[in-house]
Formats: sequence, C-alpha cells, structure tokens
Amino acid sequence: MKNCEYQQIDPRTLVVSPSSAQKHTEKEAERPRRKWEVFPGKNRFFCGGRIMLARQSGVLPLTLGLIVFTCGLFFGFDCSFLVEHLTVFIPMIAAVLFLFVVISLLWTSFTDPGILPRATPDEAADIEKQINTSGSSTYRPPPRTKEILINQQVVKLKYCFTCKMFRPPRTSHCSLCDNCVERFDHHCPWVGNCVGKRNYRFFYSFIISLSFLTSFIFGCVITHITLRSQICKSLVQAIQESPASVVELVVCFFSIWSILGLSGFHTYLVASNLTTNEDIKGSWSSKRGADESGNPYSHSNIITNCCATLCGPMPPSLIDRRGFVPPDEAIPAASASEIELPLFTAKNDAHMEENCQDVALSCTA
Amino acid sequence: MATEFHNLQELRHSASLANKVFIQRDYSEGTTCKFQTKFPSELESRIERTLFEDTVKTLNNYYAEAEKIGGQSYLEGCLACATAYLIFLCMETRYEKVLKKIGKYIQEQNEKIYAPRGLLITDPIERGMRVIEISIYEDRGSSGSSSGSSSVSGSTAR
Repeated sequence: MKNCEYQQIDPRTLVVSPSSAQKHTEKEAERPRRKWEVFPGKNRFFCGGRIMLARQSGVLPLTLGLIVFTCGLFFGFDCSFLVEHLTVFIPMIAAVLFLFVVISLLWTSFTDPGILPRATPDEAADIEKQINTSGSSTYRPPPRTKEILINQQVVKLKYCFTCKMFRPPRTSHCSLCDNCVERFDHHCPWVGNCVGKRNYRFFYSFIISLSFLTSFIFGCVITHITLRSQICKSLVQAIQESPASVVELVVCFFSIWSILGLSGFHTYLVASNLTTNEDIKGSWSSKRGADESGNPYSHSNIITNCCATLCGPMPPSLIDRRGFVPPDEAIPAASASEIELPLFTAKNDAHMEENCQDVALSCTA
Repeated sequence: MATEFHNLQELRHSASLANKVFIQRDYSEGTTCKFQTKFPSELESRIERTLFEDTVKTLNNYYAEAEKIGGQSYLEGCLACATAYLIFLCMETRYEKVLKKIGKYIQEQNEKIYAPRGLLITDPIERGMRVIEISIYEDRGSSGSSSGSSSVSGSTAR
C-alpha cells in the first residue's frame, strides 16, 4: 500500500522539482505556441495576439479619459439646452465625431505600426560575411552603412545591431519599443504606440477628427453660454447655471492649440511625403538648393502624395503574431537541451530559440 | 504532379541543408517591394539563369500589382475612411489577396522547378519581405561533392 502511494506521488514530485523544465518543455512541446508569445520586442499583446501595444502605454488612458470625459459633459449638460434652442443636429454631429475619434484612436494604438521582424541567424550571418569580405580586417571597421541609389539619389542605409540587418530606407529603430519600424514617423506617448507605415492613416484621421471635435465642442459651448447669458442677462449667472461648460471650455481651449498645430504639421508632412523623423533630422532639406525637391520618395504633386500616404494599399503585418512557432520535433536531440531555458526566458533568449526555429523552418519549409 | 510532390517530400527527408542564398531587396525605385534580379553565383551550377530571373520578375510583378496606387486602392482607402476603417475587420484587402496568389505561385515553382534541382524558395513574407531565401540541399548519400549530388538530382529531373 505504501509502495503504491509512493509510486503515485513520486512521478509528480520528481517531475515538478528537479527537472521541472523537462515536464514544462514536454507540455510546451505538446501545446504549439504562437509567435506573439516569443516576440523579442518590448510589446504587449492581448486577445491572443490580435491587439498589440507598446510596453509603456504612455498616457493613452489619459487621452481616452479626457476625450470621453469632455464629450460626456457636453452631452450631459450642454446638449439639452442647444437642442431646445437650436437644432437636434448638434448632438448628432458631436456623436458621429466622437465615435470616429475614439475608433481612430483605438486603431492607432492597437495596430502593428509596421514592425520589421528581426533577421534570422542565417540572414545575419550572410550579411556579416558580405560586410567582412568588403572591408579590411587590419583595423577597426567603420560603423556599418551601405549606400544605395533611390531615384538617382544617394541614400545611406544603416545597420541595426539589435535586429541584425540593414534597415530599409525610411525605417528607424524605436528604442522604446525595441523594434525597427517601417516608415517610422515617431513614437507617440498619447497614443501609446509607434506611428509607422501601417497606422499612419489612422493617426492622421485621429488628429484631424479630434481637431474638428474640439473646435465643434468649443464653438457649441461658447454658443450655449452666450445664449444663456442673453436669457439671464448676466454672464456670471449663466456660468453658475452651467458650470460644466467652463470645464469643457478650459479643456478644449488648451487642446485646440496643440491639436490644430499638430494637424497642420502632419498635413504638411503628408503633402510632401515626409515623416516626422525625416523632417526633424532635416534629411532632405540640405539638398533643397541642389536639385528638385531632394526627397526621393515624393511624387510629382501634392494630391498624389496625399493619396499615396492616406489612401494607398494597406500593407500586411510582417510579424505574423497569430502564426505558430514551428514545432520542435524537427530539431535534433542535441539542441533540445538548449531550448529548455529559452522557453522560460522567452524575451531574452529569443535569439537562441530563433536559431532553433530557423533550423526547424528550414527542415519543414 | 504526384511525382513532383514526391520529390519535394523526398528532398526534405533525404537531403540535408548545405547553404542558403539570400536575394536582397532592390530599392532603386523607392520603398516599393522589389527584389534584385542579379543571379547569385552559388546557384550557377544548380539552375538556369533564365528560370531564376523569370521567377524573381514574376514575384516583382505580383508585388507591384499589390502595391499599385490607382483607382481601386483609392476606392478601398476612401471606403475604409468613411467606415472609420472598420471595414478592415471584415474584408480582405487587395494586398492580402495578392499575397495568397504569391504563396500559391511560390509553391508551384518549388514543386515544378526548384525541388527537382535540390532548391527551395521561402516566401518573402516569412522573412519580413526583406529577402527571398533560397535553400540549397545536398543529397545525404553523397560524399560531400556538390557536383555529384546535382548530377543525380539533375538526372532524375530530366
């Protein structure tokens, strides 16, 4: 009896304590893992990898809170007066704008901005080989750059030491998210995500619609207070009757300056097919005297630039969050021990696991 | 078709990976997706130049079609904006449709042309659209000389 009990308990205790990694790897090997679970960048994933955010969500809750709070006050306190004295379209327009703003904000925050997956070890080795054969080995090599011609203009591509590849043109590495992002614009703390190739149109819709919303609410609240003070014959009494309006006025007043300015700036960027990153660094302005516009990506006219940036085709996400990590059966037994540790420290040793993944990929591709 | 597929499976089981060649992106026309058509020296003994160039050119054409800025993409963009981009949740974009076509094309090329020569193309989307990865396989039974194995695989293809 005691032997039976001992045998029943023993396998579990043996598996849990000494080689708990063994049991976990067996279990992990049985359950195929999705690629978002082993993603090396500093991002957070929700809903099984469908939604992603930067690791620091920044002030996204504040942004959302301010918008919802101000609009809530508007619908609660101002709309009844305005519907009575003006028209019912006012809350309808405000509601449509509000929905558009919130949806654009959520799209901007939760969409993959255009993250480039890191180079596989084979790729990285191939690039290293090409760099080493072209340079001299007697002295310390210079920083790794490659010059290419884009539309007859020389552009320097930099080597990214984290992602182990030459960054494509207009790509930049975001240190907050630890990812290379295509057509990197900037990392927006208000939105809690990078703004890049895939979510720039959502970001632009967000700031434009927010400009309209804040201007509209500002105008409506001013109208409300004016009408009320005409009825009461006293501005102070009007404000006392509707104190929420003052709160809205303050919020809108301070927001309008920054949001309208930002909208104007980004409209200029869209029209000249520039990114905030390029504009701040002055990548093309120095060449303005020499040839045409200096920007090799700009199309012939403003309309084409706008359409290309905002209405162009929606590129796919390159990081394949919901895809499955290739199974480990294809890996020879010798390297099986190497992958036990990375399964616990997925973020730090993802590189080693990528190595094994790549072997698996090459065998099962 | 059955014999080619058999070749592909046989390739995976009986061949070992010898080398990988990476076809890099060609940025001469901007950031649109286009791959270099320069024939890599490692493939010289394995496949005819014209076949390789045809494959890369067809892939480039597919990508150009996906990224074309024209009437249909504007319509898609404006419709998406009007619906607050919620249409992206229900509809498959044109780019995704073309990517599926590309996947089928690559599989067909692998089965018909590349696997009988001991080569395998990896879809660029699996490598972040940075490179076209071509894996070069050697027969496990060979004594390590690539010419021997290529003649064996070549004779089975022909």
